[in-house]
Amino acid sequence: MKKRLERQTLHLYVDGELDMKTASQLKNMIDIDIDKKGIRTVVLHMDDLHFIDSSGLGVILGRYKKLLPLGGQIKLTNVPPNLYRIMELSGLPKIIEFSQEETAL
Amino acid sequence: MKANRISLTFSSLPQNVTVARMLASTIGAQLDLPINELEEIKVAVSEAVSNSIIHGYDNSPDNSVSLELEVSEDNLTIKVIDTGCGIKDIKQAMQASFSTDPERMGLGFIFMQSFMDDLQVESSLGSGTKVTMVKRINRQHPSSH
Ligand SMILES: Nc1ncnc2c1ncn2[C@@H]1O[C@H](COP(=O)(O)OP(=O)(O)OP(=O)(O)O)[C@@H](O)[C@H]1O
Ligand SMILES: [Mg+2]
Repeated sequence: MKKRLERQTLHLYVDGELDMKTASQLKNMIDIDIDKKGIRTVVLHMDDLHFIDSSGLGVILGRYKKLLPLGGQIKLTNVPPNLYRIMELSGLPKIIEFSQEETAL
Repeated sequence: MKANRISLTFSSLPQNVTVARMLASTIGAQLDLPINELEEIKVAVSEAVSNSIIHGYDNSPDNSVSLELEVSEDNLTIKVIDTGCGIKDIKQAMQASFSTDPERMGLGFIFMQSFMDDLQVESSLGSGTKVTMVKRINRQHPSSH
């Protein structure tokens, strides 16, 4: 997974499949940067994500809850259309900011 | 369409969740199920197997989970079986947002229910849990063999 740090913002390029195994890796990765590097904004770039289940969604909501009292936030960008339905069912779009970025040509 | 049965027993390891959902979706693909339904099957299997590992066995890797796939004329039936701690109150467990783990969203059963055509859960405390899910196969063209 590619990552980029920009001041207090962590950009993560989440790829492949987010299930109980990879979601716990994602959780540890984000939490270390929040705790050790003072990251307050996390942007998850989902362009190359193929699969997500409740473990992945739970880790995203969990980071939202962790960042909230710190005055931080988590955002999702470029969620692939085939994952819209599961996102909707999870209720996450009501809580977390979703956005679509123009892809550079 | 010939009936088909496959069963696989694997260690309760996180990386085997991938194996289970790939196998189920491969069988679904052989039945010419549309891609969105294959993705739904993958989520449902992932949820059931993850639950067995996380809740049934409390993440201990030394146990076994079984996946049984059965193809009939009209249905793909998927069973996920563990011999873990079992569920105290199945009705409550299946409610949206119910989880015994504060870090989790309680979405697993909701996804299994939404993405499959039928869901049955059998469980008894101390002896384990069996989740049975059915995906209907809508065959557009009657098979000639
Ligand atoms: N195989 C199982 N063995 C024991 N308990 C289970 C099993 N499957 C589910 N449960 C119980 O049912 C509850 C609800 O399961 P469900 O999958 O809906 O939510 P969750 O696993 O807690 O959260 P999420 O799936 O969103 O990560 C679990 O919290 C757990 O207490
Ligand atoms: Mg679950």
